[in-house]
Parts: sequence; C-alpha cells; structure tokens
Amino acid sequence: MSEKVLMKGNEAFAEAAIRSGCRYYFGYPITPQNEITEYMSRELGKAGGSFVQAESEIAAISMAYGGAVAGGKVFISSSSPGIALMQEGFSFICSTEIPLVILNVSRGGPGVGSIQPGQADYYQATRGGGNGDYHLFVFAPSSIQEAVDIMPKAFQIAEEYRNPVMILADGVLGQMMEPIILPEPIPAVKNEDIPKIKPWALTGTKEARPHNVIKSLYLKPEELEDRILEIDRKYQKAKKELVRYETIGLEDAEIVFVAYGSTARITEEAIDLLAEEGVKAGLIRPVSLWPFPYEAFDQIPGTVKAVVSVELSRGQMMDDVKIGCSGRFPISLSSRVGGILITPPEIAADAKEALGVKK
Amino acid sequence: MKTVFEFSKGMLPEETTYCPGCTHGISHRLIMEVLEEKGLLGETIGVAPIGCSIMAHHYMNVDMCESTHGRAPAIATGIRRVQPDKIIFTYQGDGDLASIGTGEIVHAAHRGEKFTTFFINNAIYGMTGGQMAPTSLIGQKTTTTIDGRKQEVSGKPIRMAELLATIDGAVFVERVSLHSPANVRKAKKAIQKAIEVQEKRLGFSFVEILSTCPTNWGYNPVKALEWLKDNMIPYYPLGNLKCPGEVK
Repeated sequence: MSEKVLMKGNEAFAEAAIRSGCRYYFGYPITPQNEITEYMSRELGKAGGSFVQAESEIAAISMAYGGAVAGGKVFISSSSPGIALMQEGFSFICSTEIPLVILNVSRGGPGVGSIQPGQADYYQATRGGGNGDYHLFVFAPSSIQEAVDIMPKAFQIAEEYRNPVMILADGVLGQMMEPIILPEPIPAVKNEDIPKIKPWALTGTKEARPHNVIKSLYLKPEELEDRILEIDRKYQKAKKELVRYETIGLEDAEIVFVAYGSTARITEEAIDLLAEEGVKAGLIRPVSLWPFPYEAFDQIPGTVKAVVSVELSRGQMMDDVKIGCSGRFPISLSSRVGGILITPPEIAADAKEALGVKK
Repeated sequence: MKTVFEFSKGMLPEETTYCPGCTHGISHRLIMEVLEEKGLLGETIGVAPIGCSIMAHHYMNVDMCESTHGRAPAIATGIRRVQPDKIIFTYQGDGDLASIGTGEIVHAAHRGEKFTTFFINNAIYGMTGGQMAPTSLIGQKTTTTIDGRKQEVSGKPIRMAELLATIDGAVFVERVSLHSPANVRKAKKAIQKAIEVQEKRLGFSFVEILSTCPTNWGYNPVKALEWLKDNMIPYYPLGNLKCPGEVK
C-alpha cells in the first residue's frame, strides 16, 4: 500500500497516469492544467516513456492517436478551449476504436472565457463536439483521491472497450492540494508484447501476417451503417456496465440535489446547513456523466417536493436530470458561472426557494 | 528464363480506384519498390491522408492508418515515439499538406522528426472535385477559380519544398516529377535516399512529387503529363535542395 502524500491535483493526475502504465503524453500549454504537461515533461522520460510538446491541441490529439495506433498507452490533457480543438480527434478516434485517456481540467467559457474553474463543458463532454454517432465515456471525480483512483480504471476501460475515456475534472481539483494515496504502479507494456496484447496495432507486419489497417472512411453506406451499429453495441454495453454514482440521504429527503465534481462537495455542505434548519436534503452525485446514472433517480421517493441541479453551468446537466426524473418532480437550477464557485448558503437558498419556503 | 518484370510484394493485387492517367499509382509503386528492395516492408508503418489517396492502404502492403485532414505528420510523430525502430512515412496531397496541414508539416520538420513525407503535388484538390489548392498555378482554372487563379485574390502558389528546406530539422528535401520515364527513375532515387536518411535517423526527409490530375485538370492522360512538364516544372523546379553528406 502506498503511503499518503500531499499533492496538487494536476501533479497527482499526471503521476497516477504514469502509475497506470501510461508512457506517452502529448501536450500543449493551457491554464489551469499546465502542471500536468510540466510534470510529464520531467517524469515520463525517467519512466522510460516519451513526451512531446505539440504545436497545437489539434496536433496533440493527432499525436495521441498516432501513439495509440502504434500500441502505446497514451494519456492526454487540456482545458476547455483546448478540448474544443481536440473534438476532431475524439470523433476520429472513436470511429477507429483506439483506446485513449483524456483529462479535461475545465475552466470558464464560452470562448476564451476565464481561467477560473467551470463545469460548462458538460455538453461538450457528454454530447460531443465532434461529428457523428460517438460517445466518450466520461467520469467526473469530486476529489483528487477519486481522480487518481479512477485513472487506472480509465485506462482499463479504454483498452477493454477500445474507446476513449474522459476524466472531467475542473480547475478546483486541478489546482487544490489534498492528501492522497496514489495507485500502485502497473508495469509498462514492453514493445515486443504489443502485437500479442493489441493484435490490431500498427507494429509492422514482419511479412508474417496480413497488413493491419486502422480506418475511419467507409464509402459504402451499408458498410458504414454496420460499423456504426457495431460501435453502438459497445455504447449499449457501457450503459449497463459503466454507470457510477453515489447517493446521500435519499430515503427521507424532502428535496434532492444533483451535483458532480467539486460542486458535489460544496453541495454536501449545503445539505448540512439545511439540516440545521430542519430541511432534509439528499444528493445524487453522478460519477459517470456518460453513461449518465438515470437509474439513480428511480430511488427518489415520491414524497420529494423538488429536485435541484447544482452546476457551474446554465442547466446543462439539468437536461439529464429531467430525463432521470421523467416528469415526477419539479426541477430547478442552482448555478454560478463565469469562474465563480457556488457557496453552500447560495445552494441552500435556492433549495428553500424551490420548496417555496419564505425567508 | 530471366524475369524482366514482377509485381512488387509491396503492392496488393487490387485494382486502384484512381482515375486513368493519375500518377498516384506510380508514386505508390515507387515507394513500395524501394521498401521491398531494402527488405523493409515488414518494418514499415504508413499514414494515409485525406484526399484520393486515403485509399492508399488498399494498395500498399504495409501496416497503415488513415489520418484526419492534414494531421498525418503529427500522427507519424506519435507513432515514432512508440515504435522507434520502424520505418514510418506519411503520404499527403497538396490540399492536405500545403493547406490544412501546414502547421503539422512545418513543426514535424522543425522537430527533425525521423520519418519521411511523400508530398503529392498535383496543383488541385482531387477528391473534392477540382477546387483551387495552395499549389494551383496563376491562371489555372479550377472549380473555385473559374476564370483562373489570380495572384491579387489568392496569392502565388506555395512552394513547400523550398519552404521546408529553410528548416534545420528537414535534412533531406527534393522535388521530383513523374512526367517521363527518366523522371520516374529519378523520383525512385530520391525516395531511396529519403528512406536511407530515415534509416540512419538523420532527421526529417521530404520528397515532393509533381503529379497529374487528368480528371480535374480536364486533360487526357498524355496531355496531362505535357501540362505538368510545361507549366508546373517552370514554377516548381526539380532537384535536390538538401541532402546530408552521409547519403550522398
């Protein structure tokens, strides 16, 4: 068991990726995730891997695809506008079924926005900004510990499903420090073992097998439809296997919050504040944002008077909350944007307004 | 009996989808012949572009992947990190490399990436139906310059070989043409040298191959070869711009 260490989120994410067996990282500077790129530039070489500072996020995601088609375990990180530039690559990598782990340390938007924390990349992460029928598997940790625990699983899921996994953190998690226990290091895959582990990878035929081809273009509509349906079968399987969430106090709640990431931790404090005033509040904390834990909403008792989506965005997750509630409860939004963190009293006030409690 | 002609093991027994008179087939074969002669077919990884030659992997008998538009040099960069012992090449057209992919090719050259880029310059966008490329000549009629390319609107055609030759990391840069048998032989020599530069890990190697697009130029195959010779070569001079001493 590793000992407890105090680490900044971004550095912990990077170290956790290396310990998960990642040996290839391609990055482009963008705040608030630069510590990851810097950490990888220092540490990946020592671990026997390679770091490239790309000329753009578009090049970085393309390099990541290149490393992964050649059989490497690849990790890539950026922040909101940089992730926007990578969407071309995400769609392409999903279509070619290449494993990859992506970290978004998200910040305020739209556009250049701000470098303060934000959660307004919810649609971008869960609906995709790229073209076509594809999904990233998206996990949103609410602590640095949870993020580093998710990291080895993210690599495992990416390789098993041959689909990119995104860890959606935010500037709070990236920039804060917490005591954590890092995952046990997994040894890196030796190059000579790649053909056995990933027989599809581009490793050279040695003139001993037919050539491997990784492709995205299907000019015959029937062939493309077959491909899309084949990939969709993975997404349907993921909806059964990859849903993760936590609930707090749903049983006797009058009001239920839905919150993810660092906002979920702030919401827990709001629940304590409300308890002091005699209001019983519960929480659904989605950990997987795609697939979204719609089934968690079946656990909300019919006596609940209101459901509140707490997010640092203008009701993006609320769309999924509405699907989850299926019209059973009134739904409202509790939100701050622009890089401002919402406070527990603000959440509590929004909850009381939703309950019709006059202050 | 002496064998005077054989199919290359580097080419799969497929009929290509390229138009009659298109020189992609010659470029494909020259690259594959060089790799076969050097015994490198089993050690090679290729990256196909967006454009007509996205189909290259149907014909080239080496491990290959498709690429997003213009990103092949970044993809090859990633492949190189994971497969340091392989021969890696990108095969890119002029829309792919000289327009949407200028950032990727310039920075791959700048980093001195140890792979080879074969740049097919036919002065037009082929697959999308004959639009102006950055390499289209002044006065050349395309579907987006129906009165001919005008310098005051679109600038002059970009000379990628000369541009890349200014970058220290690009150690081998040569422009060749496929308009005659003698030039095809010269093209093969340049490809051999470019691969040798990569085998010796001397830096980035680049071969620009002047090619035809009879369909979108609106000429028959013979006339297309003549048009290349009479119009492209005066603007895109043939020859070696850079070659390291180790392979001379």
